[in-house]
Amino acid sequence: MALTRDLIVQGLQMLLVVALAPLVTGLIRKFKARLVRRRGPSVIQPYRDLLKLVRKETVLAENASWLFRTAPYLIFAATWVAAALVPTFATGLLFNWTADLIAIVALLGSARFFLALAGMDVGTSFGGIGSSREVMIASLAEPAMIMIVFSLALLVGSTQLSTIAAFMISPNVGLRVTLGLALVSLMMVGIAENARIPVDNPATHLELTMVHEAMALEYSGRHLALIELASSLKLLLYLSLITCLFLPWGMVPLRPELSVATLGAYAIGAGAYAAKLGLGCMMLALFETAIAKMRVFRVPTFLGAALMLGFLGALLLFVSRGL
Amino acid sequence: MQALVLLWCILSLLGVAVVAILLGSYRITSSLTYGMTAVVSAVMCVVAGMSIGAVQSPAVALPLGLPWIGAEFLVDPLSALFLVIVNLGGLVASVYALGYGRHEPSPRRVLPFFPAFLAGMTLVLLAADAFSFLVSWEFMSLTSWALVLSHHRDENNQRAGYVYILMASLGTFALLLAFGLLAGSEGHYAFAMMRGQSLPPSYASLVLLLALLGAGSKAGVLPLHVWLPLAHPAAPSHVSALMSGVMTKVAIYTVIRILFDLAGPPQWWWGLIIILLGGATALMGVLYALFQTDMKRILAYSTIENIGIIFAGLGLALSFRVDHFGAAAALAFTAALFHAFNHSLFKSLMFFGSGAVLTATGERDMDKLGGLIHRMPVTALAVLGGAAAISALPPWNGFVSEWLTFQTILLSPELPQWGLRLFVPATGALLALSVALAGACFVRFYGITFLGRPRSAAAGQARETDRWSHGVMLALAALCLAIGLLPGYVIDLMAPVTQSLLGTHMPQQSSVAWLSLIPINKARSSYNGLLVFLFIAASASLAAYAIHRLASKATRRAPIWACGFPELSPTAQYTAASFAQPIRRVFGPLLFRAQEQVDMPPPGSMAPARFRIRLDDIIWNMLYLPIAEGVRAATDQLNVLQFLTIRRYLSLVFGVLVVLLLVIAIWR
Repeated sequence: MALTRDLIVQGLQMLLVVALAPLVTGLIRKFKARLVRRRGPSVIQPYRDLLKLVRKETVLAENASWLFRTAPYLIFAATWVAAALVPTFATGLLFNWTADLIAIVALLGSARFFLALAGMDVGTSFGGIGSSREVMIASLAEPAMIMIVFSLALLVGSTQLSTIAAFMISPNVGLRVTLGLALVSLMMVGIAENARIPVDNPATHLELTMVHEAMALEYSGRHLALIELASSLKLLLYLSLITCLFLPWGMVPLRPELSVATLGAYAIGAGAYAAKLGLGCMMLALFETAIAKMRVFRVPTFLGAALMLGFLGALLLFVSRGL
Repeated sequence: MQALVLLWCILSLLGVAVVAILLGSYRITSSLTYGMTAVVSAVMCVVAGMSIGAVQSPAVALPLGLPWIGAEFLVDPLSALFLVIVNLGGLVASVYALGYGRHEPSPRRVLPFFPAFLAGMTLVLLAADAFSFLVSWEFMSLTSWALVLSHHRDENNQRAGYVYILMASLGTFALLLAFGLLAGSEGHYAFAMMRGQSLPPSYASLVLLLALLGAGSKAGVLPLHVWLPLAHPAAPSHVSALMSGVMTKVAIYTVIRILFDLAGPPQWWWGLIIILLGGATALMGVLYALFQTDMKRILAYSTIENIGIIFAGLGLALSFRVDHFGAAAALAFTAALFHAFNHSLFKSLMFFGSGAVLTATGERDMDKLGGLIHRMPVTALAVLGGAAAISALPPWNGFVSEWLTFQTILLSPELPQWGLRLFVPATGALLALSVALAGACFVRFYGITFLGRPRSAAAGQARETDRWSHGVMLALAALCLAIGLLPGYVIDLMAPVTQSLLGTHMPQQSSVAWLSLIPINKARSSYNGLLVFLFIAASASLAAYAIHRLASKATRRAPIWACGFPELSPTAQYTAASFAQPIRRVFGPLLFRAQEQVDMPPPGSMAPARFRIRLDDIIWNMLYLPIAEGVRAATDQLNVLQFLTIRRYLSLVFGVLVVLLLVIAIWR
């Protein structure tokens, strides 16, 4: 019985993230448009775009290889699995122990590895520019993320997301400098990883500063739809991660008994999650509207700061133990 | 018993070497040599594999070597594990060479030394006394040196051979001194006797430094790595695989043997030195690799990076051992051993892949390659697996060992020493950085070589290699994946080794539910490569099925779009140098004093614009050039001594004798 319920919760989680991801993208676009006093497209526009793309014929470059054709599926699958492992409205998911936070970061790394390769497959300079910049950004963002994981793991004594989330709900967290540093660092990494302003501009094409779009430039039809969906999923993943780690209120804790009260708790959890996501979208839109995009070669400074913040947070914990 | 079987195997390998000399350069010689080497190494691999957990049989003493010592050979769990690594590498290299060796232009320079090299490495692992160890070590160095010089007409190879023999001699010299100290004043050359006596701490610390100098130079630890990226690529590719994948592991074995087994109780700062060396080696290795354009040299530098990761694990194990954290020490040690094993697999695979590319195109320079995924699909598939494994992507094997290393670092706040508490997280950051950069490095490696459009005619007309090579490369890729999916079995295999050296081992993994990996306890951390793989496979197939079934599966081929401005010439693609440019901008100025220089022709001139990159190898310039300069100046000064009369020579000898006697008299 418990297993069935856990399976259902896990399945719901998988469906939920993939169903919500385009909405988040749409919501951010809507907020951004409203902030500059445009009306903006409807929040469900990303769904329409995806539907249109999957129905279209896929145009492949003449020299595109099998890697180019399989990469979108791999990118989507790796991102989806990673997103499904981050607790959204309930902790203690059935397969939570499959991959801890380090493995989730590495799964996103796998997706990026294949996207960067796909960008180089056709052999255009746009693809090359995108891939080479993406790996530069990743080579700083990924260690920063690992440092954040270190900070959390040292605080909680676990790299398991469920355990960390359960710890964060519990009253013995307290206010800590490390957590503040980790939060700032995580937000910076999230901005860089999701190709948002000021690191990259998700709304442009044909700009010499583009990174993510440049890699996906040769993609069309269903392949493009998968890559778009994967990047929405990644954005949702980072939002969920931030809310799960730093705003865990309302989440259903580990494995309660099945009852009306539990269902109520799940409903509250889902509602709280929706509210937190909406808040996250609004903050991101506000931030992106308020700031200008930076030059590509200033990105390392930005990410270097994220890395150092994460490192400082971890170092504080290393040296303050046992004091 | 096992030692005796293995000694017979080594003898037969030497026999194969002799046969290869006698047969000369017939066509059959190559197949015969590699075939027999493959069979012998398969036997050795199986014997060693069975003896990891088996009851240890007594040492075999042979009446060789110095008369009052003899030569002792022994298989204990540690040497058995490394015997498996070495001979698995030897097996795959030999089978690969069954196909690859046919393209060898001068087989007589390779064939006799190949089995001898393998025999030398195996003998190092078997040796149980200092004398036979050093002889085998030197034998291994010399045979590999001969293989490095197999294409000796190339000037670069000559230089590589020269630097290699210098560094190898230095290394052996350091090891000789280390064993001399370990043997003590009584001269206990057998390892069993060395264990029994306790060294004074200052001597033990000296042994640490000498062992790092001797074995570290063979492994390629900073700053002793300079020979490695010259020598490893110079040899034929299957030998490069052996040198990079396997011989560096023999050096790791030596470090473990001396520091964990022979040198007695460690001091806390030993671990710190090794951890810091490991972190620095990992980061610098991968940065060097990122700025190379020669395929095999990239792989050689990447070996340095991986050795750094292994060293960091060993250093952590040593630190935990000092403070009696048994479980943590076992975890760190297992992580290091596991990474050594993984590295031997994927590095062999990558060298085989670059060997296949070299045969197909005659090029090692990535800027002349490209688009090989169309011409060499099987090689491309296998190398993609290797690249994913070496970049530590889940669910491949490289990720598991790096994950274990990170888990170990997270245990280190328990350590009481301040030095360790400060520098271990710093090393964690260095390792995280080098893992991420390794991903970038291999995106570049794979993307420039196999993807895009061909950058030269040779790359455009490449032909797929032979079946032997394909079989081996695919098998290695499958093995990398299988170990990534089921790491528990490999970890359990290593339990006797940690048990014998540290007195404890990691909890048994293969009995955990769902075959996941739980290093400490379930609430702390767990990872299940199998399920991750199944989830990815299931979601990818689900997505593919749903889209093809419910939406469109129509596909059309069209010219490259490139935003409507496709560049016609393949030279307009990103090259290896331009791909590394963003990372060079970030790390280059500080660590390599990178300088970019653009020479634009004046307006109206038809001369091409030129772009130059200058990277300084700081370690070479700051450390090796002054030493070389000093040696040269000293020899210039001493040159005077060459042209003296016999009288003066005699008085010189007399003077030296008097001085020495005085020194002894004062010292006593």
